[in-house]
Amino acid sequence: MDIKKVHIVIPIVMAGIIGYLGTKIMDIKKVHIVIPIVMAGIIGYFGTEIMDIKKVHILIPIVMAGIIGYLGTKIMDIKEVHILIPIVMAGIIGYLGIPHISRPSSQPVRQVDLDETSLVISRMSYPQPFVDKPQRTDVLLMSPWLAPIMWEGTFNRDILNAQYRQKKFVVGVATFAVKKYVRFIEGFLGSANKFFLSGHRVNFYLFTDHPEKVPSMKLAPEKSLFIIPVQNYSRWQDISMNRMDIISNRIRTHWHYEVDYLYSMDIDVQMFEHIGVEIIDTLVGTISSWQYTKPRDSNSYERRPESRAAIPSGEGDFYYAASFYGGSVSEVYKLTTACFKGVTEDRANGIEAKWHEESHLNKYLLYHKPTRLLSPEYYWDEELPRPQIIRVKRLSSVRKDLEEVRS
Amino acid sequence: MEICLFFLLHFRRHDLLESGEICSHTLPNPHSHICLDDSLEWASPLPSILPSLPRNLLHETTICRREARPAFPRWVFVLLCRLSYPQPRSLDQKRLDVLTLTPWLAPIVWEGTFNSELLDSAYKPLNLTIGVTAFAIGKYTMFVGRFVESAEKLFMKGYRVNYYIFTNDPQVIPRVQLQPGRSLSIVPIKKYSHWQEISMRRMEAINRHIAEVSHREVNYLFCLDIDMVFHNPWGVETLGEMVAAIHPGYYNVPRSQFPYERRSSSAAFIPDSQGDFYYAGAVFGGLLKQVYEFTRACHMTILADKANGIMAAWQEESHLNKRFFSHKPSKLLSPEYVWDDTKPKPPEVRLIRFSTVNKDYKEIRD
Repeated sequence: MDIKKVHIVIPIVMAGIIGYLGTKIMDIKKVHIVIPIVMAGIIGYFGTEIMDIKKVHILIPIVMAGIIGYLGTKIMDIKEVHILIPIVMAGIIGYLGIPHISRPSSQPVRQVDLDETSLVISRMSYPQPFVDKPQRTDVLLMSPWLAPIMWEGTFNRDILNAQYRQKKFVVGVATFAVKKYVRFIEGFLGSANKFFLSGHRVNFYLFTDHPEKVPSMKLAPEKSLFIIPVQNYSRWQDISMNRMDIISNRIRTHWHYEVDYLYSMDIDVQMFEHIGVEIIDTLVGTISSWQYTKPRDSNSYERRPESRAAIPSGEGDFYYAASFYGGSVSEVYKLTTACFKGVTEDRANGIEAKWHEESHLNKYLLYHKPTRLLSPEYYWDEELPRPQIIRVKRLSSVRKDLEEVRS
Repeated sequence: MEICLFFLLHFRRHDLLESGEICSHTLPNPHSHICLDDSLEWASPLPSILPSLPRNLLHETTICRREARPAFPRWVFVLLCRLSYPQPRSLDQKRLDVLTLTPWLAPIVWEGTFNSELLDSAYKPLNLTIGVTAFAIGKYTMFVGRFVESAEKLFMKGYRVNYYIFTNDPQVIPRVQLQPGRSLSIVPIKKYSHWQEISMRRMEAINRHIAEVSHREVNYLFCLDIDMVFHNPWGVETLGEMVAAIHPGYYNVPRSQFPYERRSSSAAFIPDSQGDFYYAGAVFGGLLKQVYEFTRACHMTILADKANGIMAAWQEESHLNKRFFSHKPSKLLSPEYVWDDTKPKPPEVRLIRFSTVNKDYKEIRD
């Protein structure tokens, strides 16, 4: 049963046991009835310090038990039964009474608003954040439009978890394992199961053209796997770009009702460190590990004005990696629809953007600013040596022979 | 038997207090703590039943958890036109001397961390209206003129703004020339004899006003003290779901020295070992629905204290701090946004945007 009910039933039961044993050891005096009741009352009263049941509602059954026991000694001979009956009654009343008390009321709040998050936070112990002591001075922590950038050392995941848990969000992850990329499924799912939003509900949506090749894997109870068959294309670029279309359609038909947040991730990655609720926000982009130090004109944006993905020189914030992006299901819908529209229009004009759907993504995120950014810790290209600034490598691409795997 | 009587009384007292019919001084008080000001008697009971938000507002809100899919109040900034601004560089932190992000990832707004032009180009097309509440009661009406005049020049320039001046004496409020798209309305309220009581009733008054009036008129609401003046621009960088400001007197002090309410019998109690920042009661704000929820919650803890015959150390500021500790704000304003002119300006505070007017407290609190 609920921990709250236990705290009420325990003192009642204890009182009953003490009363019962008392009848065996010595003559019944009123004292032996009142003492266990009072003890139960004291234990119940202190129990209210732990939870938010009103003291009154615990003491009432105790007091009633006391009165009935006391009067019982007057009216009839004391037998063990007459001690146990009021105790048991009190226990039943207390047990049944609790659901009515602890249900939150919609009208005037009778007591201080203590929801689960604030209870958890009020018990937490963490170092004080000092205004004149920044956590990191080597990296940019906020974009000029005040979107936070996730770097190790800047956030307290316990507080974030406490805030997040209460909202009961469901997060979806869309990933594609087409043709030879099925070999990466086990590594992806195995590490994601361990490190991705650990302890929170996640639906992994695995699109594959070989559903029979998906290894059977045991996932954590709050993680689910959905295998969705998908067509493959002869060109790997097309497979890559059509992901946008597939995601957009799937949101419209299914995911809009199934999840609150949706992330698109490449399958050929492994996770090595926790990726938690710090990634959850309305529109999230990951800063590319290849280009996070470059000036905007060196970024690999599409520059040809004929392409829909073109970004003129002199513009651009960051270079975002298409391997990991996401946000609320409605924002991701807008993003994928807009990007795929750009891809389609480019195809009609016989042009293909420099980095395929990543170019379109960058164009979109330049004019629709992400509400949160992930540092290159969240997608690190394995081929790059890791500098000091990247204190943690949470997710990185798997070493592979690109030519071989794409053939 | 005495025990039974005592418990029955206790039960009855809670019941009656909830209906707002009795004053806490008339019944035996099991938590007998001395009020901060012994002579203070609440003129009339604080209402425990607050008006609820109109239905149409509830559907958009994140507060209403009975909805199947919660709403996402965080807006994505859409740039509709090309804008030229310096590139943000990943390794180039703008402010090396101050904390710019809280452990729960709320931005702390300091000069240098944001680009006003970029934010304006994203916010202006949204046609927002921003509300400002300020209480000018008794002699505090003398501050209205300077407050509004400076706000006209520096507060949310170029946006629609509604000033709501809560006062007991509408006649003496000066008529200040306002920019187009900006309006000032006077909200008559009762004057109470004790300044603490005036202060504590602000939460209830703001909450009621949101439910009755401002929900129809504004998107965001800021609740500011009137005895202050704007000295530098205060713009849309301050907008957020729930916004708090760091108190200028305690921003570099260990948490055990924050003037939180320290008596555990108060609903505003925060122990020595806890606390993030000490927030100023003079500035708070955010999305209308969030401010509604916030003022409701603060009012409820004020009520709870009143039932126990206790008044928090810094009145509603203590309750504000308690609420912001358990329900963390989504954005913090640095002390640039709430400064005390009697303090010397430290190097971290590059700009003072909003600060107190020098006054003689004895004289105006009357």
